[in-house]
Amino acid sequence: MDAGLLERVRERLAGEGLEPAFAHGLLAVPLPRERLLSVVKMLRDGFGFDLFLDVTAVDWPGRDPRFDVVFHFYSTRGHQRVRLKTTVTEADPVVDSLVPLYGSAAFMERECHDMYGIRFRGNEDLRPILLYEGFQGHPLRKDYPKDREQPLVRYRE
Amino acid sequence: MTMRDTEETLPTPVRPAFDTPSTEDGVIVNIGPSHPATHGTLQIIAELSGEKVVRADVHCGYLHRGFEKECEAHTWHTLIPYVDRLNYCSALINGFAYCDAVETLMGVEITPRTRYLRTLLSEYSRIADHITCIAASVMELGAMTAFLYLMTIRDWIYEHLADLTGARVTYSYGRIGGLAHDLPEGWIKRLEEILDEYEEYVGRIHGLMDRNRIFIDRTRNVGVISTEQAIHWGFTGPILRSTGVPRDLRRDTPYLAYDELDFEIPVGINGDNYDRYYVRMREMDESVYMIRQLIEMLPEGPINVDDRRCTFPDKKLVYTEIESLINHFKLVIDGPQVPAGEVYRAHEAANGELGFFLVSDGTGTPHKVHVRAPSFVHMGGLHKLLEGYQLADIISTFGTVNMIGGECDR
Repeated sequence: MDAGLLERVRERLAGEGLEPAFAHGLLAVPLPRERLLSVVKMLRDGFGFDLFLDVTAVDWPGRDPRFDVVFHFYSTRGHQRVRLKTTVTEADPVVDSLVPLYGSAAFMERECHDMYGIRFRGNEDLRPILLYEGFQGHPLRKDYPKDREQPLVRYRE
Repeated sequence: MTMRDTEETLPTPVRPAFDTPSTEDGVIVNIGPSHPATHGTLQIIAELSGEKVVRADVHCGYLHRGFEKECEAHTWHTLIPYVDRLNYCSALINGFAYCDAVETLMGVEITPRTRYLRTLLSEYSRIADHITCIAASVMELGAMTAFLYLMTIRDWIYEHLADLTGARVTYSYGRIGGLAHDLPEGWIKRLEEILDEYEEYVGRIHGLMDRNRIFIDRTRNVGVISTEQAIHWGFTGPILRSTGVPRDLRRDTPYLAYDELDFEIPVGINGDNYDRYYVRMREMDESVYMIRQLIEMLPEGPINVDDRRCTFPDKKLVYTEIESLINHFKLVIDGPQVPAGEVYRAHEAANGELGFFLVSDGTGTPHKVHVRAPSFVHMGGLHKLLEGYQLADIISTFGTVNMIGGECDR
């Protein structure tokens, strides 16, 4: 485990005007969505964060901007994790896609689009993955009722 | 008589990425979702040129049941049974990873006995999971004897875990801050017997499979992936290790009691199906080795932490003392009060990095529970393992990837 790695990342990002903070064993970095792609590129090429772990969103109804979009990265050499967190509004839920940098982003962005309706600019393939074609709405948004049913095949009598 | 569904045109749930062949002799075929070799439900739309797979479009989601949505309507405690249903071949690991994430957020440190017991049971589950994977994948290649030998051990493990937890597959055994209860009498003795039997049986599997001409022909240099490609496509666990890198969270970011254990990380050479089979076989041996160390190390002591925020009071006190009654009531109705914040904790599950991303708003109900399921990420890169190989190789490759529908589709 490279204990100094996260500290170096923190210094670098703090020098660029961001506010990274340690939280439960990883470095959490809030950042504006315009800077996402450049920071991810720097993490991957400059600090060896070569494994894209996860992307998901968090819905905060009533807050503006409404959604957090959360990314996790892992360095397979340094054994450290970084979390990037950006916010998007309900009216314009768009962030840059990470598909040009990580192949694994394709599926995970599809899932995030399914569940929250976040669009990833640059990911051409946002077909439903866990849901099905024609599904209405985004089920993990807080205003989607838990018991709403949309059967694709009508129930048997 | 009621009208059958099949008499009307059913809407198709997926839109394939391609519907015209790229070459003149190309054919597009649909495989799954309901096929014995898709281990649950997975659909692959493939373009074939002769017998060769040119392109593959993988669709999952047929087992989606809204796990993450359901979690938001439960307390931190009552969603534990749902967590078990993610990877149902090694349900204990899921439960422990989830509890670990919640405990991190609450700042709870589990007792030494629970720490060792969770490690032991995680390794025990890993054996059961790898056995299931190997048994299914060799059976699909025709090795019925090996399948039955492996299933024999797995059933001993399942019965043994049923003695401990009361359930055969989905155990609900982890608790925030501890475990459901301590080991029953004689459990460790039976565990040692099963480990001895395991060695006997797995020796037979090595004899049947390792140098078997048919098995080697079907698995060597099939479904090959390089380390760079594997990391690019997000592969973790045995698949990444089969490419030759010893990346294992148990060693890299030690959790539970792994930093006190002596174990090796088996790696492959080519990253093909044979290596994935062999890495899993060797990992089971290492798990047995770890369990034997853990049996020696297992300390006496309490199972649950002494923390009223998450541990239920003793039943006797609930009935005799008003404070404990209120405590019990608050834990059941409101749930454990988890401080507001976010946490990501990952355990090395049998298939790779199993991460829980939890967001709490400071109440007894999670604001968000997100699972970084290894199987789902692996499905995103599966086409890389299929393209360029024979149609029949889909079966053996898919078997060694060990996709588990429960955690993939959530």
